[in-house]
Amino acid sequence: MSAGRNADSPQHRALLRNLLPGLMRGLLPGVARDLTRKIDNFLQAHWRGLTISVPFLWLLVFFLVPFFIVLKISLAESLIASPPFSPLTEWAEDGALRVRLLFDNFAYLWEDKLYVETYLNSLKISGISTAFCLLIGYPIAYGIVRAASPAKHILLLLIILPFWTSFLLRVYAWMGILADQGTINNILIWAGLIERPVRLLYSEFAVYVGIVYSYLPFMILPLYASMEKLDMTLNEAASDLGAHPAVTFLTVTLPLTVPGIIAGSLLVFIPATGEFVIPDLLGGGNVLMIGKVLYGEFNANRDWPVAAAVAIALLVVLVAPMMLYQHFQSGESSRGAGKGA
Amino acid sequence: MPPAAGPAGGTGAQYADRPWLDPDAAPFIRIQGVSKRFGAFTAVGSVDLDIYRGELFSLLGGSGCGKTTLLRMLAGFEIPSGGSITIDGADMTDVPAYRRPVNMMFQSYALFPHMNVESNVAYGLKRDGVAKAEIAKRVGDILEMVELRQFGKRKPHQLSGGQRQRVALARALVKQPKVLLLDEPLGALDKRLREQTQFELMKIQDQLGITFIVVTHDQEEAMTLSTRIAVMDAGNIIQVGEPSEVYERPKTRKIANFIGTINTFEGNIAAGGKGGWHLACPRVREPLRAPKDADIKDGQKALLAIRPEKITMSKSKPGDDKLQSLRGEVLELAYMGNLSIYRVRVDGGQVVQVTAPNLQRIDRNKIDWEDRVYLSWRPENSLILRD
Amino acid sequence: MKKRSTFLFSALCFGMAFLYIPMVLLVVYSFNHSRLVPVWGGFSLRWYKSLFTSEEIWNSLLLSLQIAVVNATFATLLGTFAGLTIARFGRFRGRTLFTGMLSAPLVMPEVITGLSLLLLFITLNELLGWPSSRGMTTITIAHITFSLAYVAVIVQSRLSGMAQDLEEAAQDLGGKPLRVMFDITLPLLAPGMLAGWLLAFTLSLDDLVIASFVSGPGANTLPMLIYSRVRLGLRPDINALATIIIFTVAVGVALAGWLLLRQRKQRERDMRMASA
Repeated sequence: MSAGRNADSPQHRALLRNLLPGLMRGLLPGVARDLTRKIDNFLQAHWRGLTISVPFLWLLVFFLVPFFIVLKISLAESLIASPPFSPLTEWAEDGALRVRLLFDNFAYLWEDKLYVETYLNSLKISGISTAFCLLIGYPIAYGIVRAASPAKHILLLLIILPFWTSFLLRVYAWMGILADQGTINNILIWAGLIERPVRLLYSEFAVYVGIVYSYLPFMILPLYASMEKLDMTLNEAASDLGAHPAVTFLTVTLPLTVPGIIAGSLLVFIPATGEFVIPDLLGGGNVLMIGKVLYGEFNANRDWPVAAAVAIALLVVLVAPMMLYQHFQSGESSRGAGKGA
Repeated sequence: MPPAAGPAGGTGAQYADRPWLDPDAAPFIRIQGVSKRFGAFTAVGSVDLDIYRGELFSLLGGSGCGKTTLLRMLAGFEIPSGGSITIDGADMTDVPAYRRPVNMMFQSYALFPHMNVESNVAYGLKRDGVAKAEIAKRVGDILEMVELRQFGKRKPHQLSGGQRQRVALARALVKQPKVLLLDEPLGALDKRLREQTQFELMKIQDQLGITFIVVTHDQEEAMTLSTRIAVMDAGNIIQVGEPSEVYERPKTRKIANFIGTINTFEGNIAAGGKGGWHLACPRVREPLRAPKDADIKDGQKALLAIRPEKITMSKSKPGDDKLQSLRGEVLELAYMGNLSIYRVRVDGGQVVQVTAPNLQRIDRNKIDWEDRVYLSWRPENSLILRD
Repeated sequence: MKKRSTFLFSALCFGMAFLYIPMVLLVVYSFNHSRLVPVWGGFSLRWYKSLFTSEEIWNSLLLSLQIAVVNATFATLLGTFAGLTIARFGRFRGRTLFTGMLSAPLVMPEVITGLSLLLLFITLNELLGWPSSRGMTTITIAHITFSLAYVAVIVQSRLSGMAQDLEEAAQDLGGKPLRVMFDITLPLLAPGMLAGWLLAFTLSLDDLVIASFVSGPGANTLPMLIYSRVRLGLRPDINALATIIIFTVAVGVALAGWLLLRQRKQRERDMRMASA
């Protein structure tokens, strides 16, 4: 290298000073553009796949897989260890063991009358509560639909509002009302109707009140949605054809709101059957419901295989109503889509 | 309508088809001073109306004129704020809808979506406690009449628009009401079906002899269907009469404009030759002759109106000097098939609309854009209108 | 019609009283000096004071809020993806499974969801060594799993109510599908996503059962703390907490309602201007 061509020569430096930015300007954006184009192309080609796969994988890992794990563990043997069940990986070695264990936990549930009774009791309580929700919720929903515009929106807001406050605290509110020294007993004693407190809290009655109170909005909203869709001229048509308002209700309004009734009832019935907080806080030790038993099996007894078996059995009981609900929802949405087309 | 006796006197028999001309005839439906207010809004001002048995009566008006509210008060869906409604001698003002001898065909048809055609039609009869066999027979008969017999088991959503309309009609008619109310009965149908159905409606009405009251915003529909029309505006009836009367003798410019098209000239009345009156219109060069029967005074502001089809257009000057004639230039023309519409600017500036039937397939003497033409009409065909 | 609505009116009054009297009582008792919650012992703010000085409450509130925000954000993202998938992508392999998994959490009893996620975490820990301890992360994952289903429902219903012709118009004007998604679909979807975020946020703040299952020692969310206190009986400081929550929600809802009303009035004014 001669001195003249020294890389540090002023000319060279000047050249670099002029050339480099030019190069940078010309080349780098090219690279960047190339990269963004690649990303863009990739996204253009695959964004649908990405959009589908992210939630799909999430649900697969955190919803479907856990469900099968519960199923597997419900077949395992309980151990006094951490975790308190026989390791899953050992099963495959002995097929016969697997079959025996399958019977073990579920046979235990079936033989112990307590579990069977608890299941039946849960179904009874949630069934009756659902009926009460429907009886109370139907006229309320109808009243809201019939209300004039500003009042209608406020009423609807008032129905939704409790959703945004704490469920737990709303259940807790009834503890204060139903307790031996609670609001109702205080009023009754003050009015001279009773002399000593009536047992309200920690009873089946309290559980009914709690479920109806907590789940009433779940009943009202689907009812409202189905009534809102009702064409009020149909009522007028019925009336015009000689139907008394009561007859109009029975022959037109009621049949046309059946989808709302079913959706609302399932939305109350399904979660109420597995309810844990309400029977625990308001029912105390006196009311047996399956959600509470499951929680107890898992938390207090630390018998996880039995807890898993209880969960599977609960799911078996609820699978029919859940499928029914899904069927209705998909039917509704496809009808809605049809309407939009 | 067969030609009937004129308005000059006579006994009931002479008025068989036009009872409204008979001062002694008792109206079938009597609406007296009926009004309806919703809060501060007055939907119906104060309506007096007599409708006779067997009429096909139309309430005609634009949206918000109160025609539907009036119909709903007849059906019993709205309770009048004032006044009374009598049907066949019985006061109906406070009778609920389900006890009135009146049925309605709804604009939306209001067919029960969860019931099939037969159940929809049978619904009203069941409410009246009619025997099952009788219901089956009457439903069958009425479906036969509206040609829907084979569709009895279908649900409303499986029917076409025209079929739904007929189910709605059958459902309202099967109870043999004293009055059938029809809210825009043909509104949801396309043009061709509408024309066809119009005649079907008239035929059915003629067969059954039920009094029909139709609400419509379509003046053509009202003209073809009705025995009489009541034109409504802003909650009031502004004219009642037979279609030809409302068309040929509209009381106001509004009515004239609502029913068909009309050319109007604004100006002042002045005495013309031979004891007649003239209208001096600043936008027309010549004075316009007023019809002889017009009730006008010298110097009064007035409105002279003439229907487009009553104007004759020619390239040469018309010979008859009894005719009103104006000169002008063709601005626009629209070929409509059976007729053509011309817009002519007459000397002085006013634009006049003229319709002329296309009588020849190839018209050598055809009038075209920018042609100078003569417009002429008989003065008695024009009208002096109130504003 | 008006006469008959006496029955409906009384039904409404009863319904509202039934829904709101317990909450009113909750608030009233929070100002009670007496330790016996429903027995009035004079006005006092002492329970608020004890609430505010409780470090335990503050810690669990902070934990709950953290979980709620992270949960809401991820659930909105995943839920929007899922809603788009259901409403716009038509048929694909596994669609039935996908819709099934998406709507099942809505009706699944909480005890089952909680138990199954717990068992998943334990199994994962056994197999992969993660998560070695349970707490904030596991609760957040559990919450995202059920919240995303709710967000998906909101997004999906908004999309199906939204005419597809806007998107088709954008494509017709030369927008590639992804461009259209960002230019048209997502902006129109924004209110639905916001509603979904808020719902996911409150669902997370409200959850007791699932959090109790998947939480480990030491990680106490606010509902878990409340539950551990009230299951033994009435606690006046919880009334004070409830009062604060109720007022926060009421103020928030009133504010949202006011904003919506203002927006609607503005739109009505604009429409009047446009038609004038």
